[in-house]
Amino acid sequence: MMGALLISIYVFVLATFLGFEVITKVPPTLHTPLMSGSNAISGITIVGSLYTAQTGDVTASNVLGAIAIALAMVNVAGGYLVTDRMLKMFGAKKKR
Amino acid sequence: MTGGFVQGTLVPVLYLGSAVLFVLGIKGLTRVRTARRGNRLSSLGMLLAIVATLVQLGKVDYRWIAAGVVVGGVIGAVAAVRVAMTSMPEMVALFNGAGGGASMLVGLSILWLEVIEPGTPRTAASVMNPDSALSTALSVLIGGITLSGSVVAFLKLQEKLLPGRPVLLPGRHVANAVLFLGALGLGMWAVFGTSDLGLMGAAAAGCAVASLLLGVGLVIPIGGADMPVVISLLNSYSGMAACATGFVLNNNLLIITGALVGASGIILTKIMCTAMNRTLVNVLFGGFGVAATTAAAGGGEYQNVRSYSAEDAALALEAAQSVAFVPGYGLAVAQAQHVVRELADLLAERGCKVSYGIHPVAGRMPGHMNVLLAEADVPYEQLLEMDKINPEFKQTDVVVVVGANDVVNPAAEKQPGSPIWGMPVLKVWEAGTVMVIKRSLAPGFAAIKNELFEYDNTMMLFGDAKKMLQDLVAELKQAAAA
Repeated sequence: MMGALLISIYVFVLATFLGFEVITKVPPTLHTPLMSGSNAISGITIVGSLYTAQTGDVTASNVLGAIAIALAMVNVAGGYLVTDRMLKMFGAKKKR
Repeated sequence: MTGGFVQGTLVPVLYLGSAVLFVLGIKGLTRVRTARRGNRLSSLGMLLAIVATLVQLGKVDYRWIAAGVVVGGVIGAVAAVRVAMTSMPEMVALFNGAGGGASMLVGLSILWLEVIEPGTPRTAASVMNPDSALSTALSVLIGGITLSGSVVAFLKLQEKLLPGRPVLLPGRHVANAVLFLGALGLGMWAVFGTSDLGLMGAAAAGCAVASLLLGVGLVIPIGGADMPVVISLLNSYSGMAACATGFVLNNNLLIITGALVGASGIILTKIMCTAMNRTLVNVLFGGFGVAATTAAAGGGEYQNVRSYSAEDAALALEAAQSVAFVPGYGLAVAQAQHVVRELADLLAERGCKVSYGIHPVAGRMPGHMNVLLAEADVPYEQLLEMDKINPEFKQTDVVVVVGANDVVNPAAEKQPGSPIWGMPVLKVWEAGTVMVIKRSLAPGFAAIKNELFEYDNTMMLFGDAKKMLQDLVAELKQAAAA
């Protein structure tokens, strides 16, 4: 039986290799959208922060958690929207 | 449907779907044609992840959650819609910071929620289990460095409150080492060393503060032109911070996603370092911009510099069959991307072949020039990477250098001993004529002389990039009308 930690380490190592394989193929033209797009997906921390603001009480954990949710949402909303805005400009040429 | 099925099977399967969508989304970014769809797939993955998490939580009090989502969502959306394309480096820097900040706060929040607020005097390691406790401290440490480092990078890019040049404080390496060991020590002691909840909270807060100071100390000595490396590295850190949070929660989705972002940032960091012919260690600890006071290495004063007017330059452009533009950070500063396109269109109408040579570190972040030129509707097929355009300069009649300096310096190839010796550069001097649009002969970031300005085939066009390009456009229009 593998411990939970060991499984997590397996997942981490394999995901890192997958990331290297896929991202190496992104052309330099798209490096800025790649950065803003990965900003957006690093907003996944929102999943962690949702766990920490489950009650309506004013406690340290809830306040910290709510700020964490807000910061992660800045990444999610801002990252995806600005990436789309950029990619729309890259695509516009074919219509001309 | 039992709670066990939802928690144990349904939610993990939804998380897997979300991870797959993120990977497909990044895969879409490998081509311009599929990039936009990729971004949408990725955002669908995010929606799925959030929904799955809400399903897992079941019915809870949503007030704090809703407040955070609304406030953050509005700020992010407004920023994304309003930001100017020239300010993308600042925007990405702030987003990196937000990601790091979220991880830091989640780490602290979990420590309070699970250990301090229940009020039982036990160590965090015994309540949470040792590896979650360790990850909590790391999440605070990496997140804190990312948050404050990104804010400093943002301020340096803005060049309003902080100067873009390196700020070198005496004893900074020692101070940073002390801060690092202090942050690590406090973090470890908070989760392993004490069962006194008051001390635990104080130590965790101290770890956060030391990490924040460390982020400032690490980024403030780094100069403006090294920002492509710093932003890429902070991007990677924000992913690593998310990974650490994933280890705290035993959440594989966070670990996978954080690893993807971490890998992306590291790859970009490496590309940027290679393009500057420097090691990461040198960028982070070198203080390059100031240390390189060896202006003498370039040979001192300029001689044989010929300044031309827009009229002279327009004559040369009219006769050209092929023109290549080489943009640098000066293009972004002058907001000259639209007028470059206008000039290129005029040339193309005359049957001239137009291309753009993009150096990997031109600008302040990876791909900065590409985005600016895309905003000006330049077809991306005309944007050529360094390796593609370098062999073509020999057959190019005119190269127009707009606001670039070190990336076109022949010293990198011709002067062993130059601080930039060996750095890959755009060999613009091989073209028939090189026009350099520049405000003055002031050196670039590497603080060395650029002999290109003295070459016989170089025409110096002194002035503001936008103004000079507008003059060229006017001259060409006049010539066409005559």
